[in-house]
Amino acid sequence: MMDPDSSINNGSGCQRPAPEKNFLDRLDRQLLMLLQEKFPLVPEPYAELGRQLGVREEEIINRIGRLKEKGIIRRIGAVFDLRRLGYTSTLCALKVPPEKLKEAAAVVNSYTGVTHNYLREHEYNMWFTLIGPSRQKLEEIMAEIKARTGIEDLLELPAEKFYKIRVNFDLNDGEVENGAGDY
Amino acid sequence: MAREITELEKKLIRRLQGDIPLERRPFQKIAAELGLKEEEVLQTIRRWQQEGIVRRFGAALRHREAGIMGNAMIVWQVPEERLEEVGRKLASFPEVTHCYQRRTLPGWPYNLFTMIHGRDRQVCINMARRLAEAVGIETYELVFSTAELKKTSMRYFEETLTRAK
Repeated sequence: MMDPDSSINNGSGCQRPAPEKNFLDRLDRQLLMLLQEKFPLVPEPYAELGRQLGVREEEIINRIGRLKEKGIIRRIGAVFDLRRLGYTSTLCALKVPPEKLKEAAAVVNSYTGVTHNYLREHEYNMWFTLIGPSRQKLEEIMAEIKARTGIEDLLELPAEKFYKIRVNFDLNDGEVENGAGDY
Repeated sequence: MAREITELEKKLIRRLQGDIPLERRPFQKIAAELGLKEEEVLQTIRRWQQEGIVRRFGAALRHREAGIMGNAMIVWQVPEERLEEVGRKLASFPEVTHCYQRRTLPGWPYNLFTMIHGRDRQVCINMARRLAEAVGIETYELVFSTAELKKTSMRYFEETLTRAK
C-alpha cells in the first residue's frame, strides 16, 4: 500500500520527463507485451515465454524478477470484471482544502475498495474510484469518508455507460492502460 | 449479469487477484495451496475468460515506472441526443484509453469522460484539441493529474474473511 505522505509531493502528472524508460531493453519490452497480453496459461508459462522469445526459462524468470524489483511490474495475475463478480463501483471527487490533503488522502486510501486515487488540478482535487459488494456498502463508505475527513463536498459520478475500457498498453508507442480501470 | 460464484471459485479468486509465484510451475504451486490439481486451476481460468469473469490474465504494470507519464481526464458536456454518437467516436481514437458516460449533478454538467495519456502537458492539450474538433464539442475541461496517491487492484471476497476474524 502506498504511503500517502510520501506521494503527495512527488508526482507531477503530465509535466515530468520519463528517464526510467531507457532502462528497458528490447527484450524487456517484448517480454512486457507478452506478459500483459499473451500470458501462456500452461503448466510452465515461463518456459513457454522463453521459447517464444528465444531465451532460456531462467532468463525469463530473472528478468521478471528484476522488472518487479524496479516496480515496473506491479503483479502478475487475473484481472476480474467486477460486475460479473457481483460488485459495483463508482467515481468520487472530493473538494479538499490544501491544508487537509494529507489527512484526507490517508482516510480515503485506508479503504480496500478505493483502488485508484489521484490529485487533480480542479476545485474538486481528489478523485478516487470506489468498488464494493453492494450499492449500500458504497454509500456507507462515502458517508464514512465525509464524516472522517469532515469534508461534505463530494461529487459522486457513477458510470452510466461504457464506451471503452482499455486494458493494456503498448510500450513501443506509448499508449497506456490505467490499471484495473474498470470503474 | 453476475452468476453465483461458488466457494471454491472464491478461494481461487482470492489467490489469483494477487501475484502468482515466480517459479517454474506457478499454477501447480497455487493448486497445491488450495488442494486442487494444476489442470483444474488452468481450466478454471480459461473458463472464466470465456465467461468474461476474467477480463485479462497477465502482468499489471505501473506505467509511471515504465516511463509513461500521468493522465489527463477530459470531461465533456455533450447534448443528450449526441451522447451515443460522440461517445462512440471518442472511444474510437487509440489515444483515448477510457470513455464513459457518467451522471450529471447540479454544478457538474459534464456527462462524458475520456482518459488520455501523454508525455507532457502540451501533448495532452493538443490531443484534447484534436478530439474536440473531431466531434465538434467545445464545452470540455482538461483535468490533469498531479499525483498518484493510490493504485492497486481490488481484492474481492475478502470482506467476509475480515468479519469472521
